[in-house]
This record gives sequence, structure tokens and C-alpha cells, in this order.
Amino acid sequence: MSGHDNGAPVAQPTHFEFTPENLERAKKIIAKYPPGRQASAVLPLLHLAQAQHDNWLPRAAMDYVARMLDMAPIRVYEVATFYTMFNLKPVGKYLLQACTTTPCWLRGSDEVVAACERKLGIRMGETTPDGMFTLTEVECLGACVNAPVLWVNDDFYEDLDGPSTERILDALRRGEKPPIGPQIDRQTSAPVGGKTTLLNVKREA
Amino acid sequence: MSTIKFILDGREVEAAPGETIWQVANRLGIEIPHLCYSPKPGYRPDGNCRACMVEIEGERVLAASCIRKPAPGMKVQTASERAKTARKLVFELLVADQPPRERAHDPDSRFWQWADRVEVAASRFPKDVRPKPDRSHPAMAVHLDACIQCTLCVRACREVQVNDVIGMAARGHQEKIVFDFDDPMGASTCVACGECVQACPTGALMPATLVDEAGAYTNAPDREVDSVCPYCGVGCQLTYRIRNDRIVAVAGKNGPSNRNRLCVKGRFGFDYVHHPDRLTKPMIRKEGVPKSDVAIDPANPWTHFREATWEEALDRAAEGLRRIRDRDGPGALAGFGSAKGSNEEAYLFQKLVRTGFGSNNVDHCTRLCHASSVAALMEGIGSGAVTAPFMAAEQSDVIIVIGANPTENHPVAATFFKQATKRGAELIVMDPRGQALKRHATHMLQFKPGRDVPMLNAMLNVICEEELYDRQYVQAHTEDFEKLKAHVKDFPPEKMAPLCGIDAETLRTVARKFARAEAGIIFWGMGVSQHTHGTDNARCLIALALITGQTGRPGTGLHPLRGQNNVQGASDAGLIPMVYPDYRSVEDPATRAFFEELWGTKLDPKKGLTVVEIVNAAYDGRIKGLYVMGENPAMSDPDAGHARAGLAKLEHLVVQDIFLTETAKYADVVLPASAWPEKDGTVTNTNRQVQMGRRALPLPGDARQDWWIIQEIARRIGLDWNYTHPRDVFAEMTKAMPSLANITWERLLREDSVTYPCPAPDHPGEAIVFAERFPTPSGRGKLVPASIVPPAEEPDEEYPMVLTTGRQLEHWHTGAMTRRAEVLDLLEPEAVAMLSPLDLRRLGIAPGEKIRVATRRGRIELSARSDGAVPSGLIFIPFCYAEAAANILTNPQLDPYGKIPEFKYCAAKVEKVEAEALAAQ
Repeated sequence: MSGHDNGAPVAQPTHFEFTPENLERAKKIIAKYPPGRQASAVLPLLHLAQAQHDNWLPRAAMDYVARMLDMAPIRVYEVATFYTMFNLKPVGKYLLQACTTTPCWLRGSDEVVAACERKLGIRMGETTPDGMFTLTEVECLGACVNAPVLWVNDDFYEDLDGPSTERILDALRRGEKPPIGPQIDRQTSAPVGGKTTLLNVKREA
Repeated sequence: MSTIKFILDGREVEAAPGETIWQVANRLGIEIPHLCYSPKPGYRPDGNCRACMVEIEGERVLAASCIRKPAPGMKVQTASERAKTARKLVFELLVADQPPRERAHDPDSRFWQWADRVEVAASRFPKDVRPKPDRSHPAMAVHLDACIQCTLCVRACREVQVNDVIGMAARGHQEKIVFDFDDPMGASTCVACGECVQACPTGALMPATLVDEAGAYTNAPDREVDSVCPYCGVGCQLTYRIRNDRIVAVAGKNGPSNRNRLCVKGRFGFDYVHHPDRLTKPMIRKEGVPKSDVAIDPANPWTHFREATWEEALDRAAEGLRRIRDRDGPGALAGFGSAKGSNEEAYLFQKLVRTGFGSNNVDHCTRLCHASSVAALMEGIGSGAVTAPFMAAEQSDVIIVIGANPTENHPVAATFFKQATKRGAELIVMDPRGQALKRHATHMLQFKPGRDVPMLNAMLNVICEEELYDRQYVQAHTEDFEKLKAHVKDFPPEKMAPLCGIDAETLRTVARKFARAEAGIIFWGMGVSQHTHGTDNARCLIALALITGQTGRPGTGLHPLRGQNNVQGASDAGLIPMVYPDYRSVEDPATRAFFEELWGTKLDPKKGLTVVEIVNAAYDGRIKGLYVMGENPAMSDPDAGHARAGLAKLEHLVVQDIFLTETAKYADVVLPASAWPEKDGTVTNTNRQVQMGRRALPLPGDARQDWWIIQEIARRIGLDWNYTHPRDVFAEMTKAMPSLANITWERLLREDSVTYPCPAPDHPGEAIVFAERFPTPSGRGKLVPASIVPPAEEPDEEYPMVLTTGRQLEHWHTGAMTRRAEVLDLLEPEAVAMLSPLDLRRLGIAPGEKIRVATRRGRIELSARSDGAVPSGLIFIPFCYAEAAANILTNPQLDPYGKIPEFKYCAAKVEKVEAEALAAQ
């Protein structure tokens, strides 16, 4: 599917079905919508399928979800190709999604991307030969206050520069999970260098 | 609802409720460009291309007129400078990405026509990277470099034909039209209806016949002729697009039954008329070539036949018929007419047999398709035709489709059913095989083959026991209700469930749904009729509709989906051994007197023989001479081996056809006839719509018009016929057939289609009939109880499986036409048998491997195909493949009322053909 890129054809599994636990979850999700409106559950079900299947969506999974929701398969393909959050081919154990939209770019996303490419020896859109990392570019992740941002699987690493990006990649390769959030001395999205307002408010006991 | 007054270009105008600004402007002759909007029926405006922008006073931005509805007092400028400039820029942006016009896939496309009118020929914008061509499909050329992402093809595929193959994938800059998961079109699930090609405004999707390999438009048609499709009973109107007297493309026309839609056969299956196998010379069987020798290559018949002049061939044909008639009596002759010909040809043919041969031994393939339905309908409601057109499904809220596979056999009718489900109607599909409609069905009842009566009687039981029947309707419009009620008491769902394989709760649910529907309608096909209990099956359906009062109102009715393009018309015209035109009994003295007066001769007061009876009589030597016009009993009759032996025994066989069919191979005289696009004539579709077919092509070689050939035979056996054109025949038919009242040849030329019965010369005809009374002696519908009759041949140890036969989307009946249509034969090129994946595994057969299917009557070898829609224990074989004719296998046992054979059920066995055996062959 051209939605994400025009790479080599992907070896598609012929079969997909939810694990019993995921099937239960799927039923609960579908039950949230009124009868005849099951199609509304397509996004959560695709996410569930992707999570179950090494973080990518094979065609068999989309067909399975289509059958489950009584949708024409083409409508599920349209949804799956529309959202960049769905991976339509295998990805590395760590999916690195670098934000390069204006605020991140102004704050140095070029360095983050360059660090990834240098450290991993791959280009944007590629996967390392050992299957550990896939690097992709995303549009705004809505975390501009902590720009630049790198999204790794389910977590955001924020306030990055070249060296901090490399440290994170090294730790991931070692099997560690570096602390998520800002990579500089900063509490979440609070001002850099500490609080600047409400300094005289005492915390209640 | 009242109209909306608003100001359009300075003058006050009125819009009907729901009308858009574009529609009002168009109605008043004001032209507004449009690309993503199609005013054709079925296409929803989408407002995405911005080519139709207009200025509305007081609004900050321009509005898309195709989707915007006027409000009272609104002031709209369709041609203000601002609107014109904006529209022009839209075209300039789009032109930037188009292939240059001199290499355009369609330089006359709607896109270029509009670009001309807004005076845009070039663009200041840079060209984007464009997609590569996709020529994977034999019928359609995909060149998305011309695509403007208007989504008309998506709406065509998804909303108009409801096939759900085309989509708009990805987003933003990457957005792209795709087939399934961006598969090549030829590898996708596309059913090749071609609706997208017809909808595309740019030439990005084109009939492959019109462009060369590079995608340039090289084969432009030079003229167009309006006509009707020659394939199924839907009766789609179409336009032949012709270049140098060859049909190069076909476009759907806005007929009442198709609204511009077509299927793969109607749109891409037309080149059979130009096939080199066409018969172009009269032929006489060579002296000394026995009838048993039929190893004839249709491309070279000269091994068995010699060329003759028309004079000699007609003399020989007629002389043989005359000789047998005069020597052995009228009973030794018979004729098979055709549901593929026109009404006029059918009428002439039955008149020839009745007045020239002197008997009623005339029949046609209706005997093999809906004879049992007609028998039940005549008995129940006094009329063999449908009570409502299939478009009535638009007003139904519960639709039953039983024993029919309309997405393959009546694809355009199926679009109406699929659309109805999108609107919210409930669809109940009943069929032993799964099918494409299953996806749209609310309930899919995959019952055991041949067990229609237990299933339907259980539904009748529920309706009677739970008192869901329409008391008032039953009282006012039916008879024998108490008899039916007492009979179905013995068929409770719990007792019937194990017989029919559908659980009692489902039987109750669907019975209740149909009975309680505001408007319920029943469609059925050959799965109901082609059984030894076919008439009983239809009786149950009639009872179901009558006791629930589901006839005579919008959205209700009984509709046997007729197979052939003119099976309704040929039956109406009297190609039936028991009845004269308009179904009037040959045994009724008053009727006979009328026709004796009209035709000026004495007529045989006895019913004639039916199709299978005639072939049996030929085998027994009672029938010695047979005249066949456009039928192919050697392929279409059950136990075809026996049928062929019967044909071989005939003393004299005259075959009039366009190809050397399997039947013609047994002929003494072969007369080269006209294909449908070569003749003028009317046909009547499943909806009782009489439609005009127009001659579009010259006849090839020495081929002649069928009506002319029939007349020449008639003259040579002593009839004084002087018709000069089919219109003369139609004029006579209107005298013989009250059903054609107020329908004239001239009117059909003018209006293309008129429904019968038609109460006035300016009335379109009555689509839905029998609101007040049925045309029975009592005026009431007769309820006839049906008992369980098992199929004539049940599986046993030796033949453990059930064989059922039918059609495929791409092929028509015995394949004489479609196997010679390039695209259709490319799509389905070889004989196949469909088996369940389970049975294939059990038998150790891989899909694609050669298998041998045998019954007590014969055996054939063909490829196995795995089909999840086929239940375990069943084999489905299409009967269109001459190299493995399914009817070699079928059971010739007849339904006692309709005389229809049991094509849908016989015992069979399957074996793998080992590789050594194959190599030895």
C-alpha cells in the first residue's frame, strides 16, 4: 500500500485472529456503540490488532476486523492507510517516530534525526538489519512545549538534542528503558530551570 | 413540501425541496462546470472538486453548487467574476498534472470539454510525480496519471453498484485511488461491471479497447446506436459505440431497469458478434457423414458440411419438414424457439409450428428455467409474470432472495437489493450456497439442498400458528386459506429444522420479520424452480406472499427473476406447447377459434410436447424432424448424452444459429442467422418492460435476419406469409395479445421501454399489478399446500455427493456467446467445479487439479476450485463449458406440473484424475 511508502512487497501472513483476551476486549469495545454502528469501533480494533501483531497490521488483520464489524474490507484499508499510526509492514522492536514539524524543527529536530541515522546506520523509513529499530518521520505530536520530540513505541522522549538522542538509543539497544519525558533538567512541561510563578504558594500538608 | 424561492443570476426562481443550486441552474439551462459531480441517477454530490463554485450574496466564501441547497431569498451568482476566476484556477491546477492533451487517454473527456469551456489549456503550476499505468485487467485501462481524485469511481463502485472494491487510500499528498489493498486492478476483487469507467470524467479509467498500449486514445467510436443488452432478463438499456462497423465499447443507458448500470457481460462481452466462428454461409451436411460424428471444429465446419446457396439450403430444410409432416403426420415434427431472439421472432416461430407443422410441439428454454414457477403462478394468481418489478425493492423493508444468486446472474438487479440494504431494508437470503449477497444480508439461511418445502412450510406454520397473517387480505383476496392452515400445522419449525438444516429460532425470526414487514417482497431464481418439486417450492412462496398480504402494493410482490433477455417475451408470444400467445390454453375452444380466425387455418386442439419430452420422443423415434432456432439442447438439456443421442436419431434437423453450436453439429441443414446487435426487434424483460432493440451492425457474410429465415421456411411448407419487417409482425401481435394493448412499434421506437399491462397510449404501464383482484376465475389468489417430495435421486454409497449446476457471472448459459467474447473468456477460461475446502482436503485434491465428476448418466473431467461458499457434500458446476458439459451429468427427472428437470440436485461422485492418466491422454 502506497499510504506510507512504496517499498518492496511485504510477506503477508494468511491468517489473523484475536487472542481470547483481545477478543473479549474487542467485544467490549464494540458494545460501546449502538447496534448497526459497529463500524465506529474500527480504530480501536485496528490498534488492538496492531498491538497483538508485533506493532504492524497485516492485511489478514484488516480483513478480520472488517468481518467482525460487518464492513467492506476496502473501508478498513482506507482507514488503516489514512492514519500514520498504523504500520502496514513489519517494524523494528523500537519504532522511532521523529517529529519534524515547525516547532520541533526550530528547536533542533534535524539533530535528533541526524543522530538516529548516524547511530543506527539507517535512513528515514528504514529498519536496522537486526530488526531493533525503525525510523520514521511524523507530523506534529502535540508536544511542542517539549520540542524536539522522539516518539518511541508508546513513549515520548522530549527536549532532545543529538547526544541525548544517542544516549537513549544506546540504552534501548542494551535492553534498558531510559526514563521517559524531558531529557533536560525539567519537570514535565514546567518552565526550563524551575518554576517562575506561584513561588510563594506553600504546598498543603 | 413547498418550493423554495430564491434569486439565481438576478431572476426569481423556484427550487423543489431537496434540489441543489446546480440542479436548479441546470434545469433552467444555466451551465455550471462540474467534475466530481455527476447528475446521473444514483450519484450523490460530494462537493470535493470545487469546479462548480458559485457566489452567494452575503457569504464570505464561494459555495459548491452541486451540494448546496438554496434557502428562501438567497441571491446566487453563477457567473460572477470571482466565481469564474476561482473555477478557472481549479482547472488550471488540475491541468498541471494531466498528461498532455495530444497524448490524453481521452481527449474528449468531460474534464477536457469543461477545460475548453472555461478556456484553460495550459497551466503555470509545476507537474507532480504521477502514478504508473496499470494494464493488468483485460477489460479496463487504468492510467491514474489523469486522475483528479474526484472519487466518482469510488461512489460508482461503492454506492451505485455496491461492489466495494475501489477506495481512496492514504491521505494528503499521497492520496490515491486503489483497488482493494492497492492491488493491480486485474488481481483485485473487481467484478468488472465497468461503472467506474463510465463515471470517470478524465479518461483515467477507460475501456481497454479504446486506447493503445501506451494509453493513447486511438480507437474512437464513429457512431452510436441505442439498444438493449442481449444477456439476462434484467434488460439493461445500452448504447453500442461502433467504429468501422465493429462494436468497440458499450455504455450503459438510463433505462428503467438499469439506470445506466451494466455488468461485465453487457459492457465487455460484445465481441462475440465479430468472432471468426460466426456462421456466414448456409451449410448442408455432407453426404454420408453420420450424425454420430460430431467431432467438428466450429472454426472449420467443412469437414462435415458443405456450403450451399440460400435457395438450396432453404429448399432442403423445408422439404425435409414437409416430407415428414405429410408422411408421418404433424406429431412427428417439433420446433425449439429461443428466448434469445426477439418477440417478433418468437411469435413467428410458434405460428410457423402451429400453422405450418400443424401441432403444438413448440417450446423453448423457459421449460428449463422457470416453467415450474409459471405453473405455480398461473394456478395461484392467474398470471405467470412478476407482480412487481425488481426496482420495487427500493420501497421494501424486508426482501427475501431465495434460490437465486443475483450478483452473478442478474448483477444489475442485485445493485437494487444491495442499495436497499444500505438504506436499511432487511435482506433475507436463502440458498444452499453462500454468495456475495451474504455480506449484505441480515439473515443468511444456508439450507440443505432440495429442502425448500420443509423450510418454507415451517415459515408458513409460524405465520399461521402465531396468527401473523393478514386477516383482512386473506379474507378479501385469497381462497383455500383454511386448507393451507390445516396443512402447514404439521410442519412446525422444530420438526422441520433437522430436515432443512436451519434452526427453529431462525425460521421463526425470518417468518415473523416477513409477515410483519410494512412491505415485503420475494425474489427467486432457478434454485427454487429447477427441482422435481419446483412447482411446490413456488406454491409455498406464493402462499407466503398472499397470506401476509405482501402483493399489490409498492415494495411488495412476487418476482421470479427471469433468466434470458427475452424469456418473458418469448413465453408471452406463445413459445409454449400448452398455450397460445398470452398464455391462453390451446385446449380452450373459444381461444382456438380466435386464433384459427386470426391465422386463417385449423389448429391442433391438443397440447404439444415440452423440451425434454420432445428430445425423448426424438430418441424413441416418434419425433422425426426438428427445427431449432437459437437453442442449444445438446448443452442445455439434462442428461445431455441422452439428448445428443436423440438429436442424432432425427431424420431431419434444421438449426438456425449464429455459431455452430453443439446442437448444430447434429444438423442436416445449418442456416446462418443474425446476432442481437444486427437486428431490429423488441424484447420483454423480467419486469414486463417491452423494450426496443435496434440494428447496429450489418450482417456478416451471407447471414440473414431470423424473421426472414422463418418466413422463407414458412413459405416453402405452404404458408402465405408476407411480412416485410419486424414491425409488421409486432402489429399482428398486438391483435393477438391483449397484454400489448396501447403498446405500438412506433411508441417503443420513441420511448424505448413500456411496461405491460398498459392502460393508455400515454401511460408508462403498470409496474405493480393485482392491487384489486387477481386474473383468476374467482378474482382471488389460490393457496395451494405443498407436501415434502424428496429430490428424485438422493446420494448413496456409490454416489455420495450432491451435484448442483448453474451459471457464473462471466458466462452466459451454454457459453456459445460468452466463450467467444475475449474478455469474458479471459476472466473465466476453463471448466471448473466448485467444492468446499473441506471436501477437497478430504479427497486429497489441491485447487486447480483435474478431477472427474461422475453420475449415473455420465462423467466429465475438469479443474477443481476451492469455494468456501459451497457447503461440504455439494459440488457446483457451471453448465457453460462444452469441454466438460455439466448436463452430461444432470438428472432428467421432471417436475410433474412445470415439466422442468431437476438440474439442481443429483447424486454424484468425485475422484482425482491421476497425473499418469492425464499424461496418457
